[in-house]
Amino acid sequence: MSQLLRVATAGSVDDGKSTLIGRLLYDSKSIFEDQLEAVERTSRQRGGDSTDLALLTDGLRAEREQGITIDVAHRYFATDKRKFIIADTPGHEQYTRNMVTGASTADVALILVDARAGVLEQTRRHAFLASLLGIPHLVLCVNKMDLVDWSEARFEEVKSEFRDFAAKLDVHDLTFVPMSALDGDNVVHRSRAMAWYQGSSLLHHLEDVHIASDRNLIDARFPVQYVIRSGRSEYRDFRGYAGTVAGGVFKAGDEVLALPSGSSTRIKAVRGPGGEEVSEGFASSAVCMELDDDVDLGRGHMLVRPNNRPLVGSEIDAMVCWLTDDSALRAGNRYLLMHTTATTPADVVTLDYRLDVNTLHRDSPADSLALNAIGRVQLRTHRPLFFDPYRRNRVTGSFLLVDERSGATVAAGMITGPTPASTGAVWSSSRIERDQRTTRGATVWMTGLSASGKSTIAAELERLLVASGKPAYRLDGDNLRHGLNSDLTFSASDRAENVRRVGAVAELMADAGLVSIACLISPYRRDRDEVRRLHKAAGIPFFEVFVDTPIALCEKRDPKGMYAKARAGEIKGFTGVDDPYETPDHPDLVLHPGDGDCATQARKIMELLSA
Amino acid sequence: MSATYQLTHLGALEAEAVHIFREVAATAERPVLLFSGGKDSVVMLHLAAKAFWPAPIPFSVMHIDTGHNFDEVIEFRDATAEASGIDLIVASVQDDIDAGRSADETGPGATRNRLQTATLLRAIGEHRFDAVFGGARRDEEKARAKERIFSFRDRHGQWDPRKQRPELWQLYNGRHLPGEHFRVFPLSNWTELDIWQYIAAEDIALPSIYYAHRRMVIPRDGMLMAATRFIDLLDDEEPFESLVRFRTVGDATCTGCVNSAAADANAVVLEIATTRTTERGATRGDDRISESGMEDRKKEGYF
Repeated sequence: MSQLLRVATAGSVDDGKSTLIGRLLYDSKSIFEDQLEAVERTSRQRGGDSTDLALLTDGLRAEREQGITIDVAHRYFATDKRKFIIADTPGHEQYTRNMVTGASTADVALILVDARAGVLEQTRRHAFLASLLGIPHLVLCVNKMDLVDWSEARFEEVKSEFRDFAAKLDVHDLTFVPMSALDGDNVVHRSRAMAWYQGSSLLHHLEDVHIASDRNLIDARFPVQYVIRSGRSEYRDFRGYAGTVAGGVFKAGDEVLALPSGSSTRIKAVRGPGGEEVSEGFASSAVCMELDDDVDLGRGHMLVRPNNRPLVGSEIDAMVCWLTDDSALRAGNRYLLMHTTATTPADVVTLDYRLDVNTLHRDSPADSLALNAIGRVQLRTHRPLFFDPYRRNRVTGSFLLVDERSGATVAAGMITGPTPASTGAVWSSSRIERDQRTTRGATVWMTGLSASGKSTIAAELERLLVASGKPAYRLDGDNLRHGLNSDLTFSASDRAENVRRVGAVAELMADAGLVSIACLISPYRRDRDEVRRLHKAAGIPFFEVFVDTPIALCEKRDPKGMYAKARAGEIKGFTGVDDPYETPDHPDLVLHPGDGDCATQARKIMELLSA
Repeated sequence: MSATYQLTHLGALEAEAVHIFREVAATAERPVLLFSGGKDSVVMLHLAAKAFWPAPIPFSVMHIDTGHNFDEVIEFRDATAEASGIDLIVASVQDDIDAGRSADETGPGATRNRLQTATLLRAIGEHRFDAVFGGARRDEEKARAKERIFSFRDRHGQWDPRKQRPELWQLYNGRHLPGEHFRVFPLSNWTELDIWQYIAAEDIALPSIYYAHRRMVIPRDGMLMAATRFIDLLDDEEPFESLVRFRTVGDATCTGCVNSAAADANAVVLEIATTRTTERGATRGDDRISESGMEDRKKEGYF
């Protein structure tokens, strides 16, 4: 069975976006004869000697007449492996509004650049928006390679230029494809003209890109959308809570907590559309839940797991994109805020700054946000929201602002967290610059299953570093659970907190000039990625080392007898046995048991640090 | 482990449509589902029933009847309404013609397709519907490719592509002033092939003319028109019998059929997967009128 992939395109008009989409459709044989005939006819009428594939995506009469692009269009095509939905977002002036509209649910963003022009302001703007919207995968399509003589050197130049910029953003998966959309090189078929390019064609990349782990399957969130009561005699007492799972997994028998009432109950049955009982409801599936007890629950409420609750509150810190030119956002304004299935009035308490999308500089003080502007705001909602930061969950972290009088959607918002001022803490700056310290620090983050050999390699690495005159310290997950983290359990949320704390300590030590070697199972990719993001934001080198030892070997070693206990059911939620381990998508180094003894492996990490 | 928590593409499309049905039922005052007996509206009805199981569908269905329908489709429409126990409203174009609000087109290309708009808007106003489900898909036509799932319509039922509301995440804003309404398209992201794969997978019953049958046809304007009582033959036209099926069913005056031996849903899936023409290009005369035919009708208040 094929999978659905949502793609958003970006890039300015002249970069060849319409031609690329036309080429994808044409070469994947997704164009129908009557559509092609229409395009050929129009091409001839305009005096062209070849078929202009860009015309395939030309939409409305007003757009053709005025040569402008009004709005996002959706295109569909399929291969044997996947079905694709392309949100074709126009690159014209209304860039921010159009791109957020087309890209909020995208798995992959395609950004086009002209190989001759390289990275432009527009490219940076679109990459920033893709990162702000949390699109998990980014492809830079370096187009018009035919006009730079298929030059590998030019491709590498554009690539490194973009990589430098992307390093400032929250981009995890970045792919570069050199192409000529006009001729079809590396779009669907590999190019003969660029034998030096070893990667996939764009279409093959889109067919293969791994999206299964992009959703949050850890934090169980179920916003109640609609309450179903039966009107039929054979289901007289039926009461079901219908909705779309916003995160995690819910199974029959699970203990759940109803928010805001706080009452807890168990799930009696999870039913798919049509009433069929299913073994579980997971992120993005539409289900209907029956519960053991009658609890106070309706639209706008949320079911969660008792040991993993979302943030609850009325003070929200968020980034918003302003989407209308009928009005502007100002502090003191009131809007309706739509978040999951809840709608509540919300006041703009402060507008902290407006972001210059081109330079990423913060323009503060700013007193308003006009069309296409992005800014950071503090909001106060009249009823509390149940939310997660957007980067953790795109569903429970997003909202719309609606004009109360006209009903128009005026802004899209992404929650950063609770309003920071509520903690009262202020950042205190040091009088020493990082460059003034005697040594430069870094963090080595070692992740892998229990008994994979992390600690042994880490101990050897620590010894090697200190012997070579580099101050280093090992932060061992087990050791830290005796002190700093003695209050934490092994639930998903406590594991996240464990990783967060160790990440923060590692960052402080690295800032002080030490090499911190954090050595934790850290099973969830999101938690590790967040530590990486914070390091990057602070400008501290961060290396993720994945100790990739097969579970069978770990279980054979089992020095602490943990696997045996987990298999016997004495320990619940043990990573690799009845809890998942998410392998890193882009580790800086992978160590396999066959790579040599622990000294050899530790030296590989030394090389990484000195590179 | 996480690999198992994955919807297939049909599962994902179904979940999205079910979410939309529930959202409208929870937020709109008076929703209605447009139901013609055509394959897209039959799939819509099937999805609506699944969304609210075990409760009945919490809204009525409405057919804008041009009076030029295939008999098999009308029989199917009535039998389906009867069996599912839903309230069927029929708004008739003939009533508007009789009352002098609309005028029939004349001549060989005459169709009542355009006249549906006036009847639809009248019925929406009379019943004070504020959310009208339609089976339109974005893959059908280029103006539809630009359509939102929640499509805002002003007091006059008109669509203004410049005034569309941004649509992000799963957040659908259906707020409106009195007199304004929304057209809601749960099948926006489905293609013709998806519809047929779903019909095959869910074993959904359709009017018989969707499957291969013998009937009298006339070639006209590059299409095969069914020789029905609604079509006046031109002097040089001679109907002949052929094995055909319909890819869309609408007004019999502008809906053509195609030569086909596909006798069940699985055979149609195979046929659609290899066909080289769109359903509208092959069989809808109304889309051939001009390059902007659909866009212009949408602006007037069409689906």
